[in-house]
Amino acid sequence: MQSRHRPASPLAEPGPAAYDAVDRIFREESGRVLAGLIRVVGDIDLAEESVQDAFIAALEHWPREGLPPNPGAWIATTARNRAIDRLRRAKKLTEKTDALGRLMVNASAAQEPGPEMLTDRPAVEDDRLRLIFTCCHPALAADAQIALTLRLLGGLRTPEIARAFLLPEATLAQRLVRAKKKIRDAAIPYVVPEASELPARLGSVLHVLYLVFNEGYSASSGSTVVRRELASESIRLARVLAQLMPAEPEVVGLLALLLLQDSRRDARQDERGDLVLLADQDRSRWDAARISEGLALLDRAARMGSRGSYLLQASIAAEHARAGTAVDTDWVRIVAFYDELLAAQPSPVIALNRAVAVSMASGPAAGLALVDAIAASGDLAEYHLLHSARGELLRRSGRLEDARVALTRARDLATNDVDRRHLDRRLRELAS
Amino acid sequence: MRYALLIYVEPWDSTPEQDTEVMNAYNGFTRAAVAADVMRGGEALHGAKTATSVRVRDGQTVVTDGPFAETKEEFGGFYLIEAANLDEAIKWAAQIPGAARGTIEVRPVVDFPSPGNPGDAEQAPAGIAAG
Repeated sequence: MQSRHRPASPLAEPGPAAYDAVDRIFREESGRVLAGLIRVVGDIDLAEESVQDAFIAALEHWPREGLPPNPGAWIATTARNRAIDRLRRAKKLTEKTDALGRLMVNASAAQEPGPEMLTDRPAVEDDRLRLIFTCCHPALAADAQIALTLRLLGGLRTPEIARAFLLPEATLAQRLVRAKKKIRDAAIPYVVPEASELPARLGSVLHVLYLVFNEGYSASSGSTVVRRELASESIRLARVLAQLMPAEPEVVGLLALLLLQDSRRDARQDERGDLVLLADQDRSRWDAARISEGLALLDRAARMGSRGSYLLQASIAAEHARAGTAVDTDWVRIVAFYDELLAAQPSPVIALNRAVAVSMASGPAAGLALVDAIAASGDLAEYHLLHSARGELLRRSGRLEDARVALTRARDLATNDVDRRHLDRRLRELAS
Repeated sequence: MRYALLIYVEPWDSTPEQDTEVMNAYNGFTRAAVAADVMRGGEALHGAKTATSVRVRDGQTVVTDGPFAETKEEFGGFYLIEAANLDEAIKWAAQIPGAARGTIEVRPVVDFPSPGNPGDAEQAPAGIAAG
């Protein structure tokens, strides 16, 4: 990770630093280059192979010759030339004539940079937008949407994605092959959906980015480094989306939410990797730059009028970010945001979070009544956070034996080590 | 009377030789049906993994990956449509009255290359539909 943040100048020199540069440029540029090439050749596999060829060529040339002045453009041109080579070698040449013709037009345009290159810019940006809508098409399974987005737009390699989701590499590779086959055989289009369909389709794109972030943010088992990568990747893609669709409040709201959540990353685990609750976190360790960016984006999104679920969740995160200490938190405002969120998107998990906020605003008895009602509905019977929240409220109400039973139940249902260690500690505190 | 003959087979990992054998057998059947003047139409479909299920509930089109899986509903009929891409096909599927109560499974039809027909050479490569 550190190598990616070296100053640019040493990378222009030939030598081993060029290998790091190729790695960094792959992550930053491959999505953009791939998206453009897919539009031209109309074939994801051919585009992917050509972009891979270009990076292999970069690994051959850059360590010896140093970095070209514009590495992204070098990769794009090389990938396009490799695609032309591959199409020329293809047996059924007649079938490829169209794609080849489009590539040649693009190639000659690239050699004479003029005004047309500048006007081409919005079309290039649209390519990544097209690609993310194709990757997150509802006709693809949710897990395939995530894998495709990370692979094609995020520049993550198959083994990296497999590690992040704790899946065998072969499973993930097969998932990607199947998804690409469906895109090809069922003719899933490479377009930004029309306005009437945009709200529904945008929802699935935002949901994929949100899931990728949560996968990276939640303290599950697995490699911490790869999980960090997922969180920062989802923020990067949300930034791209916010640049491309600056007038969509939910896009801006999601980016604000991810930044505000991510600002607490370093404070939410202690040096042993144990979970630190919001109230106990050292707020000086929160990332001030992420917070101020998130708050500014939230203001912008809020001024756009509509109040969707990402904007509301970001508003809740912002209340925490603004509170100098835990006791300064404006829980009454947070409850109001949860009321709105629950009305827009009724879900037992949101109801549970609201109940906890109510307990902070109005005392444990009010919260406990709400949590008990959720528990009675049976919706979240197997959800460890229901039982840990209930245990905490019982403890605050002085019902210590009931609290122990609830926390023990939570401990049994928790699926990862960090959560289990945290609940063990709370059970020990309760006993002493 | 007209009858629809619906073909249900388990997918299998066939060799190219087996594929040729199957194709020849189907071509033989098609020729026999055409010769007897009973043939009214028919298409091969891409596998169930390329299927998309479309339902309309509360006025909202719900699109999911995969074939129709319920067993209560029964196969009631089909339309064969020409559409530029899956989004267009989904739009038409959602307008079928059955979509509001049941499910419309959208399956792409296999485009067999026919070398004898020069018109087919003009077709776009089997890639993703251009926008």
